[in-house]
Amino acid sequence: MNTLLPILPIALPLLGAVIGLLARHGTSLQATVGIATSVVTLIASVFLLTAVHAADFVVLYLGDWQAPFGISLVADRFAAIMTVVSSLVGLATSIYAVGDVKSKDLQKWFFPLVQFLIMGVNGAFLTGDLFNLYVWFEVMLISSFALMTIGGSKPQFEGGFKYVAINLVSSAFFLAGLGLLYGKLGTLNMADVALKLSTDESGALANSSAILFFIAFSIKAGLFPFFFWLPASYHTPPMAVTALFAGLLTKVGVYAFYRCFTLVFTQDPEFMRGTLLALTLATMLVGVLGAASRYQMSRILSFHIISQIGYIMLGLALFTELAIAACIFYTIHHIVVKSNLFFIAGIASKKLGSDDVLKIGGLYKSAPWLALLFFVPAFSLGGIPPLSGFWAKFALIKASLDVEGYWVATIALAVGVMTLYSMTKIWGEAFWKAKPAQCAETEGKAGVWHYLPVVGFAAITLYIGLMAQPLFSFSEEAARQLLDPSLYMEAVLPAEYLEEFSSTANEHE
Amino acid sequence: METLVAIVIGALGAASIYCLLRRSVAKFIVGIALMSQAVNLLIFMSAGMTRGEAPLIEGDATTLASGYADPLPQALILTAIVIGFGLLAFTLALSQRAIQSVGSDDLEDFDNTDK
Repeated sequence: MNTLLPILPIALPLLGAVIGLLARHGTSLQATVGIATSVVTLIASVFLLTAVHAADFVVLYLGDWQAPFGISLVADRFAAIMTVVSSLVGLATSIYAVGDVKSKDLQKWFFPLVQFLIMGVNGAFLTGDLFNLYVWFEVMLISSFALMTIGGSKPQFEGGFKYVAINLVSSAFFLAGLGLLYGKLGTLNMADVALKLSTDESGALANSSAILFFIAFSIKAGLFPFFFWLPASYHTPPMAVTALFAGLLTKVGVYAFYRCFTLVFTQDPEFMRGTLLALTLATMLVGVLGAASRYQMSRILSFHIISQIGYIMLGLALFTELAIAACIFYTIHHIVVKSNLFFIAGIASKKLGSDDVLKIGGLYKSAPWLALLFFVPAFSLGGIPPLSGFWAKFALIKASLDVEGYWVATIALAVGVMTLYSMTKIWGEAFWKAKPAQCAETEGKAGVWHYLPVVGFAAITLYIGLMAQPLFSFSEEAARQLLDPSLYMEAVLPAEYLEEFSSTANEHE
Repeated sequence: METLVAIVIGALGAASIYCLLRRSVAKFIVGIALMSQAVNLLIFMSAGMTRGEAPLIEGDATTLASGYADPLPQALILTAIVIGFGLLAFTLALSQRAIQSVGSDDLEDFDNTDK
C-alpha cells in the first residue's frame, strides 16, 4: 500500500524547477526542461489517478511515520483528479509560454517558477496534514508572487502589491486557526482532527478555528465579499501567467474548503452551509455583474472567475451527493475552459496590440480559426449544450431543485444567461465588429506554440461535453468519498489506533 | 502567565489591524510584521505555558512523560517564522517598486488597476 506514487506529482516539478534554475543562461533549455517536467508530472498524476481509481485511497506516510504522527500524503478521488488537471494546466502554460520566451515579458525564470507553483498546488491537493497544507499554500503563494511581477511592468507592481497584501493577511488567519486547533486537539493530521472532533462533545470549541479557516479560504478562493484582490491584480501580468493563475490558484482555495468542511469541520452544518449559501449566491451575482461592466477581455474573464467560484462553492452549501459531484465536475470543466479563454485573449491581444474589446475588432475575418476556438470555451462557460459547461450547470441546478432551492436555481440560471451576455459582448466586439481604423495589426504574431494548448483544451472541452458520463460518474464516486469522512479516517489512520480511540470514547460514555 | 501572553497577543493584533488600516504602505508592512508575530505567539500559547525540563524521551520509554511542554508548536512556529520572514522581505522589495510605479505611498492612490 505504501507506494511512492503520491510524492511524484510534488517531487517531479521540484526536480524540474531545480534543473531549470541551474540552466540559467539558456531560456530555450529551460523551456525544454519545463515542458519535459510537465509531461512527466502529468504522466505520474495519471498513474496516481488510476491507482486511486482501483484502490479508492492511496496513502503515503512520509518517513514511514504512521499517522497520526508525521505527515501523510493522501490521494482520494477528488485529490487525484485535481492533481491531473493542475499538471495539465502546467503543461499547457509551459507550451504557450514558449511562444513568448523571446519577448521581454517572460524573463528567464518563468519556467522554473511555473514548476514551483505546480509543486505547491499539487502538494496542497495531496497533503493530509493541516500545517503541511499551510506550507504548500506558502510555496504556491511565493511562486505566484514572483510570477505576478515577472517582467516588471508598472501595473504589475501595483496589482502584485494588492495580491500579496491580501494573501499575507489570509495566511495569518489560516495560521491562527491552526494554532487554536492544535491547542484544543493536540493534532493537525486531518484524519485525526476529524476523528477527535467527531466524538468530542465540545466540538463547538473548534468553531473559532472553523471561522478563521473559512475566512482564509474565502480570500484564497475569491468568495464574496473577499474577492476584490482578484479583479485588481489578475489582468496585470503576462497572459500566460494569468491563464495559469485563473485555472489553478482560486481552485486550491476551493479544494481546501471542500476538504476541510466535508472532513474536519462538520459539527455546525446549519450555520456553515447557510452562510455559505448566501455568500455563494452573492459571489455569483456580483462576479457576473462586474464582468458585464468591463470592456477589457482579461478583466471580463477575471470577474467571471469570481462568478464561477460561486457556482463551484454552491455544492458545498447544498451538501448533497449530486451537488458535490456536480461541483467537482464543474471545477474540472472550469479550469480547462477558463485557462483556455485567457490563452485566447492573449493571442487576440498579441495580434491586435490590445485586449480592450472596444478598441479591437475584425478577428472573425482576420483569424477565423481563432474565432472557432474562442467559440468552444466561451459558450461552454455560458452553459450551451452540448458543451461541458451545460452538464455542469444542469447537474448543479438539478441538485438545487432536488432540495427545493428554487431561488438558488433561479439565480444560477440568471447568472448563466448573464455569463452568456459577456461572452456575446466579447464575440460581438472583438470578433464580429469590423476592425476600427485606429487599431493596427501589431508586430507580434501568434505562433503554433500559442495555438497548441488552445486546440488541446478546446478538444478536451468538446470531449467532456460529448462524453460527459465517464467523468460525471467519477465525480459522483469522488463526492461519495467526500461525504463519508469515516472512509478517509479508516484509510489514513491505523486500525488499532481507531479501535483504541473508540474504546476510550465508549469508556467516557 | 497565560493571561498576560493572551493580552500581549490581543494588543499585537489590535496594533497590527490599526497599522493595516492606515493609508500608508510603510505602515501596512509594519502591520503585516506585527500580525505574523501575534499569530506566532498564539501558536506558542497553544501548547500551554509549561515550565519544565527539556522534552527528551527516556531511554526505554516510547512516549514523553507528563510535565513537559509540547515541543511541536515550537517546530511549527520555527517554520512559520522562516516563511513569514521570507514573505516580509519580498513584500518590502515589492512595495518599494509599487511605490515607485504609483509615485506615492498613499494607498488611496493605489486604484489604477481597479478601474
